[in-house]
Amino acid sequence: MENIYFEMKKLCVGYHGIPLIRDIQVEIGRGEILTLIGPNGSGKSTILKSITKQLKLLGGTAWIDRQMLNEMSVKDLAKKQAVVLTERLKTDMMSCWEVVATGRYPYTDQIGRLSDADYQMVQEAMETVLAYDIRDKDFGEISDGQRQRIMLARAICQEPEIMILDEPTSFLDIRHKLELLDILRNMAKEKGIAVIMSLHEIDLAQKISDKIMCVKGEYIEQIGTPETIFQDDIIQRLYDVKKGTYNILFGSVELPKTEGVSKVFVIAGEGTGVAVYRAMQKEGIPFSTGVIYTNDVDYQVAKVLANQVITELPFQEIRKETLAAAMEEMDRCDYVIDAGVTVRKGNQGLNQLIQKAKESRKLFRREEKPWLKD
Amino acid sequence: MNRIGNQLKQEAGKKYLRYQVVFLCLVLAFLLLIIWNVNTGSTHISVKEVLEIIFRRSGDETQYAIIWKIRLPRIAMAAILGGALALSGLLLQTFFRNPIAGPFVLGISSGAKLMVALMMIYFLERFHSVSSWILILAAFAGSLLSMGIVLAVSQKIRQMSALLVAGIMIGYICSAITELMITFADESNIVNLHGWSQGSFSGMTWDNVQIALVVVSVITVCVFFLGKPMGAFQLGENYAQSLGIHIKRFRVLLILCSSLLAACVTAFAGPISFVGIAVPFLIKKGLQTSKPLVVIPATFLGGSVFCMFCDLLARTVFAPTELNISTVTSILGAPIVIYMLIRKKS
Repeated sequence: MENIYFEMKKLCVGYHGIPLIRDIQVEIGRGEILTLIGPNGSGKSTILKSITKQLKLLGGTAWIDRQMLNEMSVKDLAKKQAVVLTERLKTDMMSCWEVVATGRYPYTDQIGRLSDADYQMVQEAMETVLAYDIRDKDFGEISDGQRQRIMLARAICQEPEIMILDEPTSFLDIRHKLELLDILRNMAKEKGIAVIMSLHEIDLAQKISDKIMCVKGEYIEQIGTPETIFQDDIIQRLYDVKKGTYNILFGSVELPKTEGVSKVFVIAGEGTGVAVYRAMQKEGIPFSTGVIYTNDVDYQVAKVLANQVITELPFQEIRKETLAAAMEEMDRCDYVIDAGVTVRKGNQGLNQLIQKAKESRKLFRREEKPWLKD
Repeated sequence: MNRIGNQLKQEAGKKYLRYQVVFLCLVLAFLLLIIWNVNTGSTHISVKEVLEIIFRRSGDETQYAIIWKIRLPRIAMAAILGGALALSGLLLQTFFRNPIAGPFVLGISSGAKLMVALMMIYFLERFHSVSSWILILAAFAGSLLSMGIVLAVSQKIRQMSALLVAGIMIGYICSAITELMITFADESNIVNLHGWSQGSFSGMTWDNVQIALVVVSVITVCVFFLGKPMGAFQLGENYAQSLGIHIKRFRVLLILCSSLLAACVTAFAGPISFVGIAVPFLIKKGLQTSKPLVVIPATFLGGSVFCMFCDLLARTVFAPTELNISTVTSILGAPIVIYMLIRKKS
């Protein structure tokens, strides 16, 4: 590759000379985003601290723009690399724009005076992160979302070619997470800044990153594009999720299903089932469901939460065998819930199920919670 | 330049008005206190006579001596050492990233005091005189020693409160040893030593002033050039490094400068409490900024004003009895520190 901007080769990182992770190999180009994911304490921060010279490299080399990291002085590095750290900043009477202006440090004169161009940079950086309106507020008195944006602006006006961010989205609510990552993505693409960051939100990591590194244990588990990483059980294994599941398609997390003989049969489809399934799971009622088309959103949740899912292949009428299987499973259950799926031509078999449930007086609305009366 | 870019600059410029007002007030207070100080004392000398003595160098011989040999050097010393002390506090606060740090509470002044007392007793008993340079060196060694202990503690315990307790303990130990030595010192020296060990600007000579001026101004210029990294250091060590600061070197420079300043003060005037904490706080409050480039000169000036004022009170309130300078600075400074603590909690 010609466009390699940052490269780690056989990198070995750790604290106090004790290696934590070995043999890290990755390369990224300008404008690319590399995200480190992995469980707490896996060493994501250790890697980031090592490539920002906060920790000494224990082995291997890192290259920034064809220069070896070890041979760069902190002064040189400051003109290429900017950071956003997890530590919460305690400032004393510094306004937001003054915090941002510290990013100009590597470029100002002996006593740190800002030139006209510097002011311009500071203002542009603040506008980029949509924080220019809070420029005069004291940094100690703004919200977490604003703080993080100010820190990002500070990093931007350092004019880096590579930006390192350690969990930039922690402490933020979902709206601010999305805003921040959106700004970051645009920045990376427009200014051609390489980005390396760690994220806890794997669903967001999947969407924003060009490359993903799974950090766990002594070696890097996986490195690749989001498409290759977010497959099968890689994520499940990475985070050692034994209870519950992580849904790759939705990026959603489900708690473990309730084991046991199904008590309730849920007639669902078209996404009407998801809420019912989750409610069942919460109350600890084992259940079965059907008839669900395998391309239905309900299917994604049902397959991890339900005891048994009666399925049908997409785009066809419910076959007799399928319906019979559903009838049989329904008979075994004590209660039936109609989640409210619309019956049309293809799934009109469901009407028979509903009819039968009515006849055997098993049909209930979800709010009734008949199982509680036992 | 682009119109938008200048908007921020213009707004930033509005703050300069505030800076100018604060500096103007400080300079006025400075001048006023000089006049006031020259004009007060146990011997009454009228303004007209004072002016004649200072500018025409003529007048009554005794009065001439009082003004030139007693009052003026004392004022100069209060100004120089007060500024140095406040600046030393500011540096320590930057170093520990805590506004309650200062040369007195961290035991640095007391360490210097111990070494100076040791030197004084040794030299006075043998040679009946001691050079200012030796005293400064001794004070510097003592302050570095205390600082070393405080730093060693801070490596082990990252809590600021524990650090302060350690500093205060070191202060007590050093003071106890100093008192012990004074108790057994040659009688003729006791009066001198005792007054000095409690802190006082009295008995300063022009020689003292010269030496203090040289040491303090050299370091103050150095500190001014440390202003830029100090600004970045306010974001914490890691951010500072990411901005290209050589952290280790910077920390050593901070320690050396603050210790030297504190040592210089202690060598001449003994330990003086609370100036190092109260003045930087008041200055930042007044300026509404913590930008070192502005705060450093203002703190120096503020320290001068504060100490000249305290010295004036020390001389006049219970005249002819003179108070220790620390007595006055404590009464004025300690409430300010308490106010800082309360305000921080809320």
